[in-house]
Amino acid sequence: MSDTAILVEGLAKRFGDVVALDGIDFQVPAGTVFGLLGPNGAGKTTAIRILTTILRPDGGRAEVLGLDVVGQAEEVRYRIGLAGQYAAVDPNLTGRENLRLTGRLAQLPAADAHARADELLGRFELTDAADRPARTYSGGMRRRLDVAAALVQRPQVVFLDEPTTGLDIHSRNALWEMIRELVADGTTVLLTTQYLEEADRLAHRIAVVDGGRVIANDTPAALKSQLGSTVIELRMGEAARALEAGDLLAERLRARPERDGATVRLSSGDGARLLIDVLRLLDDHQLAPATLAVREPSMDDVFLALTGHRAEGAAAEGAHRAGRGPGRRGGP
Amino acid sequence: MSAAAPALVRRVPRGPLRPARDALAVAGRNLIAYRRVPQLLVFSTIQPVIFVLLFRYVFGGAVRSLPGVPYVDFLIPGIFVQTTVFGAIGTAVGLATDLKSGLLERFRSLPMARSAVLAGRTLADLARNVFVATLMAVVGFAVGFRVHTGALAFLFAMVLVLLFGYSLSWVFATVGLAVGDPETAQAAAFPVMAPLVFASSAFVPVSSMPGWLQPFANHQPVSVTASAVRALVIGGPTTADVLQALAWCTAILLVFVPVAVRRYRRTV
Repeated sequence: MSDTAILVEGLAKRFGDVVALDGIDFQVPAGTVFGLLGPNGAGKTTAIRILTTILRPDGGRAEVLGLDVVGQAEEVRYRIGLAGQYAAVDPNLTGRENLRLTGRLAQLPAADAHARADELLGRFELTDAADRPARTYSGGMRRRLDVAAALVQRPQVVFLDEPTTGLDIHSRNALWEMIRELVADGTTVLLTTQYLEEADRLAHRIAVVDGGRVIANDTPAALKSQLGSTVIELRMGEAARALEAGDLLAERLRARPERDGATVRLSSGDGARLLIDVLRLLDDHQLAPATLAVREPSMDDVFLALTGHRAEGAAAEGAHRAGRGPGRRGGP
Repeated sequence: MSAAAPALVRRVPRGPLRPARDALAVAGRNLIAYRRVPQLLVFSTIQPVIFVLLFRYVFGGAVRSLPGVPYVDFLIPGIFVQTTVFGAIGTAVGLATDLKSGLLERFRSLPMARSAVLAGRTLADLARNVFVATLMAVVGFAVGFRVHTGALAFLFAMVLVLLFGYSLSWVFATVGLAVGDPETAQAAAFPVMAPLVFASSAFVPVSSMPGWLQPFANHQPVSVTASAVRALVIGGPTTADVLQALAWCTAILLVFVPVAVRRYRRTV
């Protein structure tokens, strides 16, 4: 067997007039975590659905563990686990019944499906709630159950589509820990996320996807060094002052400030030094900002650095989305 | 692969029984919902019971039944058929719910028989219909319905009703997959169902309807099935009615099983 767990070549998919994937390529070595990072509608979910044999591609090819996802779909299904964008559990079944059903449908013998369900309930801290219908679960519990269901058949490759969206910090950290354990056991994980931080914390390699194309494919460290590890936002109160401050900083500091209305934004690999210099300079020129924020770069910043434009629709989702949208997910 | 590759997992051998096994697993899962959410069952039984009481005691007096047949004996076979039509909406709503929740997506990523979701769903709905039809028979007998033929003919009539319900499940499975949203499924099912149920001989003899409506009302599947059930429990010539009803069920299955299956393969 090859050491490449996932191979994607020129993968293309369109839904009517909408191009969801415009020829993407990437490879994932076995036993690693690969992150697909991109805004809503970038094509991440479409890629996952093709790799998990749910959708057929219009062009290109994809292999999982050396098996073609179209021609050998059945063999692929025996070896993968999927936790889709919505917690796909039956609300009327208990946690235990959900996992047993998944096990049976993954063709495990009944006894094995039962044992595996109990094991996963324990591992995901759901034992106490195991015999309650899943509709009584909190969002975080449901999500844990969903990920547990993806692991029932001990898949060699696990696909997680925005696994932590809607999770609180505790649940998110627990899930991250779980993913690390999986990988330590030799499992390959492909996850999608809208958050640079998540991709950075988990993934060995990240492909940044925008408009159905891979616009960068690198290690998190390399991606971050491309744009600096700290972003400083200066809110000047009015556009004229922001313009003035931007010009001043561009002229006097080795930084490339970006102005957006009354806000000036800079990024740097040495945030503390830059901040001191910026504030000293602005203060000397009576241009002290009204407020300021120092933060880690967001996906939006990555996009800006990579493409020169902000991710479409990114403004609306600067923060973690509160919950998983109820609507049926559209194709792209 | 490296030594750290996950341990091999024991599997049930792949074989010809897998589609049946998977369908039963899915059907079992769907039936649990009726136990956990009894409202689902209660609503699909209260409504026909109300119809029985309404037509038996409120409208019944104004309806001219067939000559020599008490209205209650005319009505209850119609109610059996009408109940299965209304019940089939549950198939549409159930599948649309699974589609929307992402559950069908998970199922499609599993090494299970492709047919299992639809086969399991329709099988569970058949089981529900057995329960509802039994209940309706009890209610029918309680309000004065009598079988004039024999137990065997009555049993055959019930099988016919269930077969009709089963074939309708595939029609509404297609509707549910096509709309992909439970509320829309409910709304989309009504215009399909209403003319079938009300412009039929389920509640009133077709001869009381205007002439332009009679050809449709006489030959559409609800009327044909209701007539066959009536012939079986009231007596008289039955062969033509029963054959027509069986023909309708066969035709519906022949068209809608492939349509629903294709829809399922293309959806999600």
